[in-house]
Amino acid sequence: MIYNLTVSPDFAPDHISGWYFFNTWLQRQLGERVHLELYDCFEKQREDIAADKIDLIYANPYDAAMLVREKGFRAVVRPQGKSDEAIIATLASSDVNAVEDLVPGITVATTDDPDVHTMGMIMLESADLNRSNISIEEVDSYVLVAKKLLQGKAQAGFFLKEGFEELSDLIRNQMKVLVCSQISVVHHTLLVGPRMAESIPQLTEALLSMGDDEKGRKVLESMDLTAWEIMEEEETEFMIDLIDTLID
Amino acid sequence: MLSQNSDGPRQVQIDYFDGSSRTVDVVDREVPYPDGKLIVSRTDPQGIITHANQAFVDMSGYTKEELIGENHYILRHPDMPAVAFAGLWETIMAGTKWHGYVKNLRKDGAFYWVKATVIPNVRNGKLVGYTSVRRKPSRSKIAESEALYATLK
Ligand SMILES: Cc1cc2nc3c(=O)[nH]c(=O)nc-3n(C[C@H](O)[C@H](O)[C@H](O)COP(=O)(O)O)c2cc1C
Repeated sequence: MIYNLTVSPDFAPDHISGWYFFNTWLQRQLGERVHLELYDCFEKQREDIAADKIDLIYANPYDAAMLVREKGFRAVVRPQGKSDEAIIATLASSDVNAVEDLVPGITVATTDDPDVHTMGMIMLESADLNRSNISIEEVDSYVLVAKKLLQGKAQAGFFLKEGFEELSDLIRNQMKVLVCSQISVVHHTLLVGPRMAESIPQLTEALLSMGDDEKGRKVLESMDLTAWEIMEEEETEFMIDLIDTLID
Repeated sequence: MLSQNSDGPRQVQIDYFDGSSRTVDVVDREVPYPDGKLIVSRTDPQGIITHANQAFVDMSGYTKEELIGENHYILRHPDMPAVAFAGLWETIMAGTKWHGYVKNLRKDGAFYWVKATVIPNVRNGKLVGYTSVRRKPSRSKIAESEALYATLK
């Protein structure tokens, strides 16, 4: 049997090779064949999840909710010290200095990243802005969100905090942050599907001790992670409940 | 951060649904909602607080130790009409999500407005408690709610 591993399409492109190293490391640890399938958009990945093609996924918290509640997946670990936070930014030279300065009729640049978009929309609520009184322009990456702002085609942009920080200084310095979320309990997780459930104990043990040897540490580094931490079932349920309160 | 209001505190008695009551000091001073944060708490099925995040602790003015094990009505502001909470309990006990604007009372008598969402926590088909997540409300929604609640008192 070949298992299928995939990664939420919102990871930074610099770390693609890291996920291939991880896949190789994983096959050695489990003594099983694992195929890594990467997607460039959420929609195609969700189609394959719906068709039960995925066994192991490093998922965005928003998708984790669906995977656990509808697809019988179990979150086993989370990346240490990493949470998903969203930023709303505007052009540095703009008169807008707070979310409340944004007005109806503006264009907001966003990506298809569901949790960043949800958090961004929530942070606009304090300015009475919502789907009905702004235009939303969806682009493929945070670089393109920045581009929309720099070109004056959008007055606000939603970024994953990490994605914002990874922009070049040249681009970032032309923008200013209006608000940054500080939620801390919403983060990515590594989830295991029903077909692979038997491997959970072995997999968890291998992941938790991944940083103990040189090889594992190098792989973690290449994915820009420091270590994996155990994800208790109730912790996952709590995160899902919390996300549930953010979706209408 | 704390500035004393010129009017000084007024003492108000609050009667709770469970028949208990307490006298609180209320001051007419709003503490602004912290940008970017979510205020999170969880209760058992009876509304007793079982979890509060740091933003909850900071905004309420109580310590975590003071909050855990308390009834969630510890935050009830006298300007909030009882009917608003009756609606909350009716909604969540029916297993559905509740949204509303709430004026909360801090330990120091000041207040803060939130947009709250409360959902039932169901595990293996069984209700184990409720989670409330609050976010920053807009000034216009606060004004609307103030006007509405004044008529419901
Ligand atoms: C999860 C949860 C969170 C709640 N949060 C608040 C709150 O922040 N402020 C508040 O006044 N009541 C809150 N309530 C409602 C209280 O339980 C209570 O109904 C309310 O304070 C009014 O008190 P009374 O029902 O005794 O009149 C919450 C209830 C639940 C289940």
